[in-house]
Amino acid sequence: MSKLVIRELHKAFSKNQVLKGIDLDFSSNGIWTILGPNASGKTTLIKAILGMVIPDSGNISINGETITNNWKYKDKISYLPQIAHFPDNLTVNELLKMIQELRNRTGSLESLIKEFDLKPFLNTKIDTLSGGTKQKLNLSIALMYKNPIYLLDEPTVGLDPIAVINLKKILRKLKREGKLIIITTHIIPLVEELTDKIIFLLEGKIKFCGLKAQLQQNYSSKSLEESIAALLQD
Amino acid sequence: MDKIFRYSFYDLIRGRWSISYFLFYLIITIVLFSFSNDVSMVVISLLNIIIVLVPLVAIVFGIIYFYNSKEFTELLLAQPIKRSRIFVGQFLGIATSLSLAMLLGIGLPFIFYGIFISSEISNFIVILLTGTCLNFIFVALAFIIALKNNNKIKGFGFATLLWLFLAVIYDGIFLLLLILFNAYPLERLALGLTLLNPIDLSRILIILKLDVSALMGYTGAVFNSFFGNIGGIFLAALSLIIWITIPLFFIINISNKRDF
Repeated sequence: MSKLVIRELHKAFSKNQVLKGIDLDFSSNGIWTILGPNASGKTTLIKAILGMVIPDSGNISINGETITNNWKYKDKISYLPQIAHFPDNLTVNELLKMIQELRNRTGSLESLIKEFDLKPFLNTKIDTLSGGTKQKLNLSIALMYKNPIYLLDEPTVGLDPIAVINLKKILRKLKREGKLIIITTHIIPLVEELTDKIIFLLEGKIKFCGLKAQLQQNYSSKSLEESIAALLQD
Repeated sequence: MDKIFRYSFYDLIRGRWSISYFLFYLIITIVLFSFSNDVSMVVISLLNIIIVLVPLVAIVFGIIYFYNSKEFTELLLAQPIKRSRIFVGQFLGIATSLSLAMLLGIGLPFIFYGIFISSEISNFIVILLTGTCLNFIFVALAFIIALKNNNKIKGFGFATLLWLFLAVIYDGIFLLLLILFNAYPLERLALGLTLLNPIDLSRILIILKLDVSALMGYTGAVFNSFFGNIGGIFLAALSLIIWITIPLFFIINISNKRDF
C-alpha cells in the first residue's frame, strides 16, 4: 500500500494564494475524488504531487520519502492530464513507444487499445485524430502501467458513453487491486458511482475530507449534489 | 535527453514548418545561382540572408513550439525524467531540425553546382556552421523567453523585439557610439560590443573567413588588426559556442525552479 501524505502545503502564484495550508493523509487506497469549484486549487494540488508545481512551503511524501528535489518517485505514479495535446506529427504507435522508452518499462496496452477502440488509429498521425480519440490515447498512456498511485485530472472529458463505461470498469478493477486513485471531476454522477472518499477544496483550503456517506449525513441531504450545494453555502 | 531529442526531432522534421523552411532555402539558393554561377558571389549573398533570417526563424519557431507543446511538456514532466533532460532534449530537437532544413536547403544546390570541386568549399562550410550556431543560439534564447513568460503574447513580443534589437537596432546604437566618441580610442569597446551580439559575431566570422576587406566594416577591421585573420576567426567561433552554452545553462537553471 502506498501512503501519500501532504503537510501544510502552501502555494501562491505571484499574489494569488492558491493553496492555503493543505493537510491530507491518503490513508486508505481506493478512489478519492477532489471536488471544488473552478480555481479552488484542484489542478495545482495534483501538479504539486507530481512535482510540476514547486510549493512555497509544506511537504509531500510518499511512503515516508519526501518528493522535493526528487524525480524517481514518479515511476510509481500514473498521470492523466486534463488536456490531451501530443506532438502532431508522431503516430499513435510512436507516441506510445516514446512513453514506454522514457519509463524504461513495457506497458500493457493490448487490452486498453481494445477497450478504447484505438486499433484503427495506431499508424495515424496524431494531428488528424478527433478530440475524443486523443482523450482515449491520453487515457491509454495513463493506464498502461500497474502503478500504486493514479492521478486523473478530469478523466471523462470528451469521452463517448461507451468509453466512459469502459473507463469506469478499469477504475473499479484498479480499486479492487488496492491502488490509490485520485480523481478531479465536476461530474457528480461519476463521483456517486465510484468514489470512496471526497476531498472538497474551496479557495485553497480543505472544506471537507471524508467518506461520501459522511458528507451526505453531515448535511442530511438526499443526494450528493445537495450536500455539495449545502457545503458551498456553509 | 537523447530520447526526448530523438522524438521531438522526428516530430518536427516531418512537420510543415521544417519542410517549408527547407524549400525556402532551396529556392533562394537556386535563384541566387541562376543570377550568377560564381560560387563565391552566391556565398556572399547567402551571408546576408543567413545572419538576418536564421535568427528570426529560430527565435519565432522556438517560441511557437514551446507554447504549443505546453500540455505535452506537462505530460513529460509527470514521467520519471529529470526536468533538465526534457528541456535540453526539446531544445536540441528544434535547433537540429531547423539546422538540418537549412543545411539541406542550401547544401543541395551547392553540391549540384559543384562545391566539392570549388576552392570556396571552406567558406561554404563556415557559412553553414555559422548558420547552425545561430539556430542553436536563437532557439535557446526563445526557450529562455518562453520559460520566463507564461503569457504567449508577451513572450512572442519579447522574442521579436530581441531579434529586432540584435539584428537592426544594435548596429544603430553601435554606430552612434562610434560617432559620439570618435575622439577616443574605441577599439576595445567595439570588440566588447561585438562579442555581446551573436549576429554581429557571425557576420565578422564569415567576413574574416571570406577575407573580403570591402565588407569588413569597422568591427571586422578591428578584429582583424587585434587578432589577425585566423585569431579573429577563432575568437569569433569560440564566442559563438559560448553564446550557445550560457543560454543552455540558463534554460536548465530556470526550468528547475519554475512551476508548470
